[in-house]
Amino acid sequence: METALALAIGILTASGLWLLFRPRTFQVVLGLSLLSYAVNLFIIAAGRLRTDAPPIVGKGVVDPAFYVDPVPQALVLTAIVISFATTALLLVVLLASRGLTGTDHVDGEDDEP
Amino acid sequence: MTGWHQHLIIAPIVLPILVGALLLAFDERRRSVKRVLSFVTTAALIGIAALLLGQADSRFGAGGAPQVYLLGNWPAPFGIVLVADRLSALMLLLTAVLGFTALFYAMARWDRSGPRFHVLFLLLLAGVNGAFLTGDIFNLFVFFEVLLAASYGLILHGAGAERTKASLHYITINIATSLLFLIGVALIYGVTGTLNMADLAARVPQVAGEDLGLLEAGAAILWVAFLVKSGIWPLSFWLPRTYAAAAPPVAAIFAIMTKVGVYIVLRLTSLLFGGGSGAAAGFAGDWLIWSGFATMLFGTLGILATRTLTRVAGHYVLVSSGTLLAAIGIGGEALTAALLFYLVSSTLAVGALYLIIEPVERNADEEDMIAGVAEPVFDDEYTGAVAEEESETGVVIPGTIAILGGGFIFCTLLLAGLPPLSGFIAKFAIIDALFDGRITPTTWILIGLIILSGLSTLVAMTRAGIDLLWTPGEDSPARLSVIEVVPIGFLLAACLALMVEAGPLFRYMEATSRGLVEPSSYIDAVRSAPRAGEAKP
Repeated sequence: METALALAIGILTASGLWLLFRPRTFQVVLGLSLLSYAVNLFIIAAGRLRTDAPPIVGKGVVDPAFYVDPVPQALVLTAIVISFATTALLLVVLLASRGLTGTDHVDGEDDEP
Repeated sequence: MTGWHQHLIIAPIVLPILVGALLLAFDERRRSVKRVLSFVTTAALIGIAALLLGQADSRFGAGGAPQVYLLGNWPAPFGIVLVADRLSALMLLLTAVLGFTALFYAMARWDRSGPRFHVLFLLLLAGVNGAFLTGDIFNLFVFFEVLLAASYGLILHGAGAERTKASLHYITINIATSLLFLIGVALIYGVTGTLNMADLAARVPQVAGEDLGLLEAGAAILWVAFLVKSGIWPLSFWLPRTYAAAAPPVAAIFAIMTKVGVYIVLRLTSLLFGGGSGAAAGFAGDWLIWSGFATMLFGTLGILATRTLTRVAGHYVLVSSGTLLAAIGIGGEALTAALLFYLVSSTLAVGALYLIIEPVERNADEEDMIAGVAEPVFDDEYTGAVAEEESETGVVIPGTIAILGGGFIFCTLLLAGLPPLSGFIAKFAIIDALFDGRITPTTWILIGLIILSGLSTLVAMTRAGIDLLWTPGEDSPARLSVIEVVPIGFLLAACLALMVEAGPLFRYMEATSRGLVEPSSYIDAVRSAPRAGEAKP
């Protein structure tokens, strides 16, 4: 599972970075989305990978060995919400920029007509 | 520890959010209600910050501890904590003063050039205050996002093609930076298993072997994220353009945002990589010094090369960030005290400069006066025509030029660091502290760059001043409303107060600096913070 996760993070990051350096605003937005998926998976990995272990600890005396670390899951939840919201905002700015400058180039002007 | 003052520490975060939410309920046309509410809020924030500062200074005079607030009453390393020590309280007060003046200035006309200015402004203040108070690195990320989200809205305030283009870059860079922030936080959590800054400080010395490399990699990625915010070279190319595109009051409040990055670097360096942190001690010090130098050089060249005052101000922000980061990299108690004084002085001065630039340039060519106000983008936007409502605030002051010129000279002296104003005291204190320590080639480079940047600021400001203020215009002097003069005067008066009260202030800074060099009282206060309803151990 470690290999699969590492590959997933790697591929997502690489594609995200490549898109981030493209000149069209929409590609940049997609790149940022892919990067944020990669980062979310990475945060989960930082809490150590476990299968079949619940993150929510029950009442009474519990043995932490049976549970997965709940903190990274809470962090990912927060990170997902935040990156979702900021990406939505970026899309609005993208549309405004497209409307105002007449091009979807990231600099607001096309070098080659 | 009972009663209202115990909960005062959370007020700088909760109050602006609550009032901001309340303001959303009012229609854009009821601007006066919004103005009164946000004005009262920002004024109240100054009072709260001053109270916290008083508490921080008196409560833990010699051997006491910073005030710790457990959110949700969870015990320290598990829940999120807010900590108000001297440094946090100082930054809160600085934010409140700058926020109050920028908002005051915005009421002259800028808050009319787009919807929901006051809401976004208050949310920005809440985010900045939260970032200064929090004692948890993930919570810090959340507050960073709060302040960034509000700043995205503010940078677009007034709309227009230039602002949209600049904000597209600004937002993209900051989202990418936030992702770096998350990677850094995740790595640090993976190694140490905690997010609480004080708990981290206790665990970092125990990290060894392979984990140390991982921890330093995480910290380095985190540092990159903060250094982008504080505008270090070569990660700062977005800054002058973005700040120049922003509306003047927005740019003024943005002057505090680079300082948020500087504050975090200072705080985490003190806690995580200070003297007592074992193998990780002194992390990234050299990097900070040299990239700080590069930033100062870049900023200095930028100041000389640009023709517009807003860009000069943007590059000056870079110079001040560079100075601060290089000084943090060198470290030491006396130098930290001096750099804190410099931080306060330069932030207030840049804020004043951003506010004064607009009336000065308007004076030079009045046709552009309305240029900053663009067509409405959304249907529900109410753009009260600026020209129509001019009479509301447009009390003509005789001798506009005299006031503007005087203020401009004042700003120039402050920024260039000429005696007798606080800018000089700050730079003098830094150089003095450098001579007290071990003198190396680095010391001489920093001193040289400080003096060189001051000189270039003086040259650029003089050139701009002659151009804008002395050259006789064809028209009569532009109108200057009282609402614009008062906040500029307030900021300059604050700088004057810094100069007059430099002695007591330096004692405060030195106490702050001792707390940073020897952070054990901070760490102990957080780790042993009693939960409400429990007796103090």
